[in-house]
Amino acid sequence: MTSRERADLRRNRAREVDPVRCEDIAEDLAAAADGNALLGRSQRRHVERCLRCQAEVVQYRRLLRAMRSLRTEVLEPAPGLLADILANLEGAGERHAVRSLLSGRRVAYLGGLAAATAAGAAGAIVFASRSRRTRLAG
Amino acid sequence: MPQDVAELVAAAKHGDREAFDELVRVTYADTYTLAYRLTGNEEDARDVVQEAYLRAFRGLRRFRGDAQFSTWMYRITANCAATQLGKRARHRHDELDDRAPVADPRLDHDPQLRADADDLRSRLHAALDALPPRLRAVVVLRDVYELSHESIAAELGISESAAKVRLHRARHKLRDQLFPRRDGEASRAV
Repeated sequence: MTSRERADLRRNRAREVDPVRCEDIAEDLAAAADGNALLGRSQRRHVERCLRCQAEVVQYRRLLRAMRSLRTEVLEPAPGLLADILANLEGAGERHAVRSLLSGRRVAYLGGLAAATAAGAAGAIVFASRSRRTRLAG
Repeated sequence: MPQDVAELVAAAKHGDREAFDELVRVTYADTYTLAYRLTGNEEDARDVVQEAYLRAFRGLRRFRGDAQFSTWMYRITANCAATQLGKRARHRHDELDDRAPVADPRLDHDPQLRADADDLRSRLHAALDALPPRLRAVVVLRDVYELSHESIAAELGISESAAKVRLHRARHKLRDQLFPRRDGEASRAV
């Protein structure tokens, strides 16, 4: 048996014992370190035996801890930012108020126009019916 | 004037402008921090923060209060940052070194631990800055601000599965940057 054949045999025997390969669970390791996913039984068994995967889990956990620690860091905003935000909001508030006022006046104007039109139409109908009655009586 | 954020939100929803201004004062540094982390530069972060508060002001009545106000602001900020980054034709990595000073209230008393933590954090900042913005946005929103995959996908305008793929790629790149492999040890393909 050649050395290559012996190596293949060793690999096949190892695969019979542990069918999971490191590459197969690379994505799951990060999610498992996050606590968002649970490894299956065969995957867990693989990680228990595989130093490389164990090291990856430890690295992902350290990474996640470091990322979460950033949450407590607050950058110091550039000077003047607060004043700019408040001024921007003030401007937006005033524009909104003006729009509301204008749209309110527009509604009142259109309402008045509609009422005047309706009154005119009603007057015309009354006038027309009276003049027809007068003609019939005559 | 009420100081509690929930009370400020309630007052602002009823049209109290001073309450909304106070909400801005209480939260703007946090919002700016997220905007800076997502955009990677001060100028864009300023624009994003201003736009985010304008949108919050206009949409406050729609805020139902089932999430925290801060989470709602994170989502708006993420959306504004995505829009802002979309406008940018090029990345400006050259301006990323002049990071604003950081205030960390959790100082460790053990000098060695503190040095290790500082070193890791400093390398993490560099690794985050080196990430493409679309990967950085997902990993920051998920791993720092703990937004759900669903929220991240919605605010960045991508599918949930795309958000998960980007998250995995980003974590993989960060891990490779923070924990470089020894010679001859190949990184796994993603």
